[in-house]
Amino acid sequence: MVSNLIGGNSSASKYIVVIGCGRLGSLLAGRLSAEGNSVVVIDQKESAFENLSSEFSGFQIVGDASEMATLKKAKLDKADCLLVVTREDNVNLMVAQIGRIFFETPVVLARVFDPAREAIYREFDIDTISPTQLSADSFMQKLNTHQVSTSAPTEGVA
Amino acid sequence: MRIILVGSDKLTYFLGRRFTSKGDYLTIITPEEEAAVDLSRRLKATVIAGDGSDPTVLQEAGAYQADVLLALPDRDQDNLIACQIAQDRYGVPQTVAIVNDPDNKAIFEELGVSVAFSATEIIGSMIEQQTASEEIRNLVPVAGSGVTMTEVVLGPNSPAIGRAIKDLDLQGAVVACVVRRGRVLIAKRRSYLHEADRLLVISEDDQYGQAQKVLTGEGA
Repeated sequence: MVSNLIGGNSSASKYIVVIGCGRLGSLLAGRLSAEGNSVVVIDQKESAFENLSSEFSGFQIVGDASEMATLKKAKLDKADCLLVVTREDNVNLMVAQIGRIFFETPVVLARVFDPAREAIYREFDIDTISPTQLSADSFMQKLNTHQVSTSAPTEGVA
Repeated sequence: MRIILVGSDKLTYFLGRRFTSKGDYLTIITPEEEAAVDLSRRLKATVIAGDGSDPTVLQEAGAYQADVLLALPDRDQDNLIACQIAQDRYGVPQTVAIVNDPDNKAIFEELGVSVAFSATEIIGSMIEQQTASEEIRNLVPVAGSGVTMTEVVLGPNSPAIGRAIKDLDLQGAVVACVVRRGRVLIAKRRSYLHEADRLLVISEDDQYGQAQKVLTGEGA
């Protein structure tokens, strides 16, 4: 999905900054790097970079992304795309806004766990992905198909 | 006034005490249950245990009716989000945040926070002034205007003594008034300055150094 947003495998390599190197951040950074993009990943803890796969060939920066100095170090002003996926909603929302307004990064995506907060920031024109919302949707979908398949024989019996 | 205070430390308590003693209607949002109970015993305020950047907690705190929200925690991101949600979701007219990283002051104000204070910057500049020059006191930044008010006392070595205000090279700064032997004099262009005069100087932030040099002979 992300690779489509930034032009997919076909076009030239992009400069992408990924903030947060947990499970999601490291997965995204690895995939984007494997696709031939130049990727910089930022995390507060150096140990987080152990999550990165061997496919990752980009740069790592240890630092607090809520500090402007860290974002400048990552050359966010040159980035085509910013992905903010730390475990903290507030950090993600703040950094996403800084990326969009101060660095004018063309594509900014932020992960936001809290659906209520996500709804508010959608009005701010911040592109967000809520794992909670996505999980709930998938659960409901699976549940519905499950109910359909189990309800059929029940109806047959009744 | 209806005030919502988001915070957890001593600053929250003392500010809370100040507001309630002035008769403001105060609601405090603090993350720890135990601290909430403690604050509610000590202050005449409604205290809610919760996350101040959570929309439901803000609503519970009466954000729809609030006149001002103050965000004090030591994590800048939490302060920004609390202010933005209060303002945009609940229409709180005035939001004030403390920023810890001085770089964030301009960012917060750009992102809609009414006033952002950098405690680091204020304390830092106070200490610098105390150590840099005894002649200068009470540097007050005028909120959001890029203008600073300063009180300057002319010491015996001041190059401004015996000169008229119009002859001083005060670019971007004005002498608003002169206090001489306890009397307030309106500063005129032709007023001559004496030793031990206290001047109230209003300057653009980036011209402050030049004004300081002209009046005290010290600094850049």
